[in-house]
Amino acid sequence: GGVGGAAMRVLVAVKRVVDYAAKIRVRPDGSGVDTASVKMSMNPFCEIAVEEAVRLKEKKLATEVVAVSMGPKQCQETLRTAMAMGADRGLHVQTEADLEPLALAKLLRAIVARQEPDLVLMGKQSIDGDNNQTGQMLAGLLGWPQGTFASQLDVQDGGQRLEVVREVDGGLETVGLRTPAVVTTDLRLNEPRYSTLPNIMKAKKKPLESLSPEDLGVDVSPKLSVLSVEAPPKREGGRILGSVEELVDKLKGEAGVL
Amino acid sequence: ALAQAGLSETQAEFRAAAEDFARGELAPHAARWDADKVFPTDVLRHAAELGFGGIYCGEDYGGIGLGRKDAAVIFEALAWGDVGLTAYLTIHNMNCAVVDRFGSEEQKQEWLPRLTSMELLTSYCLTEPGSGSDAASLSTVAKRDGSDWVLSGEKAFISGGGVADVYVVMARTGGPGPKGISCFLVEKGSPGLSFGKQERKMGWNCQPTAAVVLDGVRVPEKNLVGGEGNGFSIAMAGLDGGRINIATCSVGGAQFALDTAFEYVQSRKQFGKAIANFQNTQFKLADMQTGLQASRVMVHAAAEAIDAKLPSATAQAAMAKRFATDTCSDVANAALQLHGGYGYLQEYPVERVVRDLRVHSILEGTNEVMRLIVNREMTRGNV
Repeated sequence: GGVGGAAMRVLVAVKRVVDYAAKIRVRPDGSGVDTASVKMSMNPFCEIAVEEAVRLKEKKLATEVVAVSMGPKQCQETLRTAMAMGADRGLHVQTEADLEPLALAKLLRAIVARQEPDLVLMGKQSIDGDNNQTGQMLAGLLGWPQGTFASQLDVQDGGQRLEVVREVDGGLETVGLRTPAVVTTDLRLNEPRYSTLPNIMKAKKKPLESLSPEDLGVDVSPKLSVLSVEAPPKREGGRILGSVEELVDKLKGEAGVL
Repeated sequence: ALAQAGLSETQAEFRAAAEDFARGELAPHAARWDADKVFPTDVLRHAAELGFGGIYCGEDYGGIGLGRKDAAVIFEALAWGDVGLTAYLTIHNMNCAVVDRFGSEEQKQEWLPRLTSMELLTSYCLTEPGSGSDAASLSTVAKRDGSDWVLSGEKAFISGGGVADVYVVMARTGGPGPKGISCFLVEKGSPGLSFGKQERKMGWNCQPTAAVVLDGVRVPEKNLVGGEGNGFSIAMAGLDGGRINIATCSVGGAQFALDTAFEYVQSRKQFGKAIANFQNTQFKLADMQTGLQASRVMVHAAAEAIDAKLPSATAQAAMAKRFATDTCSDVANAALQLHGGYGYLQEYPVERVVRDLRVHSILEGTNEVMRLIVNREMTRGNV
């Protein structure tokens, strides 16, 4: 949407996570999920964010899309995917540290200071942590407006204003934001494009810069510690009961929920 | 993870892109296309938009300019989603490569952009009712008439027959044997070109298959590819790569069958435990995995040999085709057995893979012909 053009620079944060279809197991010591030989992919909500940014460029509302990812060396694969979808360049903040949402938000704040984007697009949450915090924390740290769980994004007034339709529990809410702003993407915002073979090859020539948290002056040491991780209990069979009375009885007695 | 072993960074990215497409656009529809005999040309064109239509054609006319190993990796990932449709895609890629490698500049300009984009679909017409393995004895003739050629004869088992827009036809322009054969591009709608009924097949049901009948079809000189008398060497050159492609489709299909069986045995319980815990199941799965990986490694090595133009390439392609197609059919069959009675139902995807893979031991050169080739290459000292 939006009448006329705009010249926004869009920063898109992308995360490398366990592929949504991969079968995962908890490590025997209960310290976390075993990701050693599991297929990794770009977080599906991050894909939607990249797609939205690239569409803004195609609609001539953005002039540059910069993708950023934080983590080990393999994050560069995720950045290459973002560039194959149409991002112009990639930034990799390389660290082996276990990054928490607040640390990510602080790193992104430092990136924002250097890159000066008009819009930061990111997934509403990642499918590994499911925290749904980073976008909101970033907006808070920056003092920027935020439009989270976006299912529609319209750019207005030559990029000065955004209208974001948000998916909330009660239905859809529309908010108006002045740029620069943070928007997090929800499932129905768009359907991401597939990478084409030529674009994969072109992406290899796009610039990819590597930085460290120290370069950005950010302390990423964890403030939380994970005590244990357990797999959910194995699904047991259900039972068919004879009457509502029997159901209420079992909910009170066996299940203890009433 | 093994499917990614030995791949360059770029090949891994290609594979991931093909996997995404297979998962999103092929696998969800494969059962329906098989049951309803749907040839999803829209999906093929979508695949071509992503670059899968002319993978190893030069970049000048819409190809991607990749090698045979790259293609093998891509097709294996696509075949995981649907064997039959990916097999057609490989045949189309082979036809594009014929024009790309042996066509004149004019022919490439006229045809390739529309072929690599799959605006035009193609069929490869070599086999006849009377000449299968003995391909050089084909009897479709092409007689000179002024500046045209007039083609008469019949081709059998043609993938895409009746639907394809352009037919790559091998016809006899000269004397008997291979040196009398030439390669022509014949357009659908040409007077005299007609098609037999759609064949009802064991598998590959998402692809139309029909006889192609040529009854005095007039073809202009400009549709002769690679010069008079070169048709057979063009056909043979195409087939080395075609064999890698069919073999890699077997690997992709068998991987799907193995994945499905592996998951099934975790949840199926008999005699008080998951059948995954019985030693027979464990041994069976291990043997399936071993055969699958051996097939994959042979296919990759043969593809690399073709890319490097090694003297052993033809032998390697024949060995890989023979080994992978048979072994992967065994893997799919074992996967069906592990499913027990459910494996026999069309509700479960494994029987479709068994049906689809069966023809891989027969076409692109029967596995018997592959043995002839390997032995011939051994005698020539090429292995």
